[in-house]
Amino acid sequence: MSKDIRIKKGLNINLVGAAEQTTSKAPSSNVYALNLDDFHSITPKMLLKQGAEVKAGEPLFYNKNNEDMLFVSPVSGELVEIVRGARRRILTIKILADKEQSYHSAQVADLNAMDGESIRKTLLNSGCWPFIKQRPYDIVADPDSTPKAIFISAYTTAPLAADADYVLKGKEAELQAAITALGKMTPGAIHVSVGNTSTSPFANINGITIHKVSGPHPAGLVGTQINKIDPVNKGEVVWTVAPQDLVIIGEYLLTGKFNAQRIVALSGSSVKTPKYYTTKIGAEISTFLYASGVNQDKFRLINGDVLTGSKTTPEGHLGFYNNTVTAIPEGDDYEFFGWNKPVFNKISSTRALTFSWMQPKKQYDLDTNTNGEHRAFVVTGRYEEVFPLDIYPLQLLKACMVKDLDEMEQLGMYEVAPEDFALTEFICISKQPHQQIIREGLDLMYQEIG
Amino acid sequence: MKDKLHQIKLKYQGKKMAPAFNAIHTFLYTPNETTHSGGHVRAVDDLKRTMNTVILALVPCLLFGIFNAGYQHYSAVNGFPADFSVLEHFITWDNFWLGAITVLPLVIVSYGVGLAVEFVFAVIKGHEVEEGYLVTGMLVPLIVPIDTPLWMLAVAVIFGVVIGKEVFGGTGMNILNPALTIRAFLFFAYPTWMSGDKVWVHEGVERAGTADAISGETILGYLAQGNTSEFSYSLSDMFFGFIPGSVGETSTFLILLGGLFLIFTKIASWRIMVSAVAGSLAMGLIFNGIVDAGWIPEYSKFYGLMQFDFWKHLIVGGLAFGIVYMATDPVTGSQTNKGKWIYGFLIGFLSVMIRVFNPGYPEGVFLAILLMNVFAPTIDHYVVRGNVKGRMKRMKNATILPKPSDGKAEELKVETV
Repeated sequence: MSKDIRIKKGLNINLVGAAEQTTSKAPSSNVYALNLDDFHSITPKMLLKQGAEVKAGEPLFYNKNNEDMLFVSPVSGELVEIVRGARRRILTIKILADKEQSYHSAQVADLNAMDGESIRKTLLNSGCWPFIKQRPYDIVADPDSTPKAIFISAYTTAPLAADADYVLKGKEAELQAAITALGKMTPGAIHVSVGNTSTSPFANINGITIHKVSGPHPAGLVGTQINKIDPVNKGEVVWTVAPQDLVIIGEYLLTGKFNAQRIVALSGSSVKTPKYYTTKIGAEISTFLYASGVNQDKFRLINGDVLTGSKTTPEGHLGFYNNTVTAIPEGDDYEFFGWNKPVFNKISSTRALTFSWMQPKKQYDLDTNTNGEHRAFVVTGRYEEVFPLDIYPLQLLKACMVKDLDEMEQLGMYEVAPEDFALTEFICISKQPHQQIIREGLDLMYQEIG
Repeated sequence: MKDKLHQIKLKYQGKKMAPAFNAIHTFLYTPNETTHSGGHVRAVDDLKRTMNTVILALVPCLLFGIFNAGYQHYSAVNGFPADFSVLEHFITWDNFWLGAITVLPLVIVSYGVGLAVEFVFAVIKGHEVEEGYLVTGMLVPLIVPIDTPLWMLAVAVIFGVVIGKEVFGGTGMNILNPALTIRAFLFFAYPTWMSGDKVWVHEGVERAGTADAISGETILGYLAQGNTSEFSYSLSDMFFGFIPGSVGETSTFLILLGGLFLIFTKIASWRIMVSAVAGSLAMGLIFNGIVDAGWIPEYSKFYGLMQFDFWKHLIVGGLAFGIVYMATDPVTGSQTNKGKWIYGFLIGFLSVMIRVFNPGYPEGVFLAILLMNVFAPTIDHYVVRGNVKGRMKRMKNATILPKPSDGKAEELKVETV
């Protein structure tokens, strides 16, 4: 049963510097690192001490709240450093990679013979589990939950993000294995959303419900698709997996090896030749960033896309969930009478002497300037134009700010993730930090209710 | 200049006077602030640009008000020109000069006093100076009678900004529209200066009772006296605004242009404007119907305003100005799109109702908007409940699946027994 989804509300942010669809192999990194901030809600407990030798796919730490959930090393080498922050919280785990990679391999039973319970165990022990996230709360999925459905978005609308169809090309076998496995853990459907006109590798995969999606961003966000296909109600759980992570899960199930390799889009106007690179989770970004070259000294390097990624540096490492790295100019400069003169080179959701509405196809070179100061919420009715979910965004944000749990629950907090509010944040006239407000709201709810 | 200001900003960072300096600094330069949480890019629109767009839409009304002040004064003194031509009798240096020396002081006092209050509150409370008053300060001189004493205006502005806005927490937090709070304060504190047939034309009050007395009755005032005979103003006078009234509210034509500009720029809500027009027409039609049905005798004091053609309500008095510039205030208005339809409709409906039934002062738009400001959160509440209700209904069919561990617990029990 396929259902077409047409999104009308939204905004495409066309930026200069889309990655050209050619892939190079990135030089291998000396040091790989796992950034613990990537795993929201997980309290890590180390299994190995500094100086230990690990193989690729060997467990490094486990989740304190669920000892079965293991997190593994993306490469083989020596655990050189555990960076800790305040109250000895682990921030980063660094591994000095071996020249010759060796894998920690396990025997995986025949996929078709396994039941849901054994697949659950396999994924937890292999380090593949954290790729599965859940709603409500937008956190790593609780292994002790049965999702009513699983959602996968293979349609890319986020600005400058890696094109799902391109990075998944030729990975049908892995995708099929991962889908078969996931299908055994839910009595519900696996909903896969693909572009309206795309030639997705999901076309011939069995065991999924395909939805053809069209429309501007956030049509490609899984949250939008959940809301249109089968929204999350109180008490329900859905799981989401990013398609590039399905490949890693699938490869593990087929070969017994945790292969952290992934195709990453390097994009943005600060990159000289934006294109795709084959690299591994945790690789130092400078290994491929400088292969493409940068245009200026002062740029913002982002692990992820410009709307939802996290700030990093060339010495930083590719995030666990990211398949896009973006570099855009920093905008820490003043602009004379920037608030009242006509603007042609920036994107606007209004027409108040701004002219981006005249050229919807034009590619813009945006920097990180906020274009104004933080204010209280003033203007109304604007967010709704870019927010396709059946939710009142302003009211929900305000409920989060005043920590009104009942109101949050009633207004649809179980259905949203911070990334769903990236566009309202982008156009926000009061420059409010929407994603942070939603994240804090979700954390509060998880703590109090979840 | 850019670097010097940056140095000063760094020097005063965290000091008490920083908000005052930053207000001037950010007026000259968009700040060098970069994104630090969430998305890394932002759209270009900020609150300053939003407010600036509303001010742009108000400038034609202000200019027209300046010329009209002169025109009404000289016409009252010398008699209206027989064959009126805009260039010959309206856009003249005399009119402009007289208008400028009467209207601009109102503008200067409104901005000077209002912004001073804003700066003081920003410094005391340590937040940035917010832009809300930029529009309020422009609206206030346009909605008062021309000869409003400046001290009166200053007192009203202080009251309006402090009680109407700052006590609630500043821009974005207020319940009542500050400009209308100021207007209401003036109306209730100094009623003799705000109504009657003398205040609408420059020097009307001064000359009252002397041999040179002039009068400039508004059309609504004339109708409220129970007069039904034709008045001296033609339809086009009313539409283009060559009539007495508050400084900037008379030209429906320029207000219409301003409204279209605000709708086009997506700054103001077209839903509120359209529904408010519909509401006022509906109420006007009801009154016309009552008159047609003969339910009201001609000697009734409401007859004059009731028999006034329903659509003409839009081109006299402050209704159009209120609908376009005040009802659309996003902070005090309804915040949901559905709510905006209801909110706007009731403003139009109540404005005409109050206008007809208010014996002391034949205008109701500011009272109607203030009343609806108070009810806007209630309207939104019920609109949002509609959404919540849908979600609760959906929840009844939720498929809550057993946890994998539930089954295990059962098994364990069996084993231990």
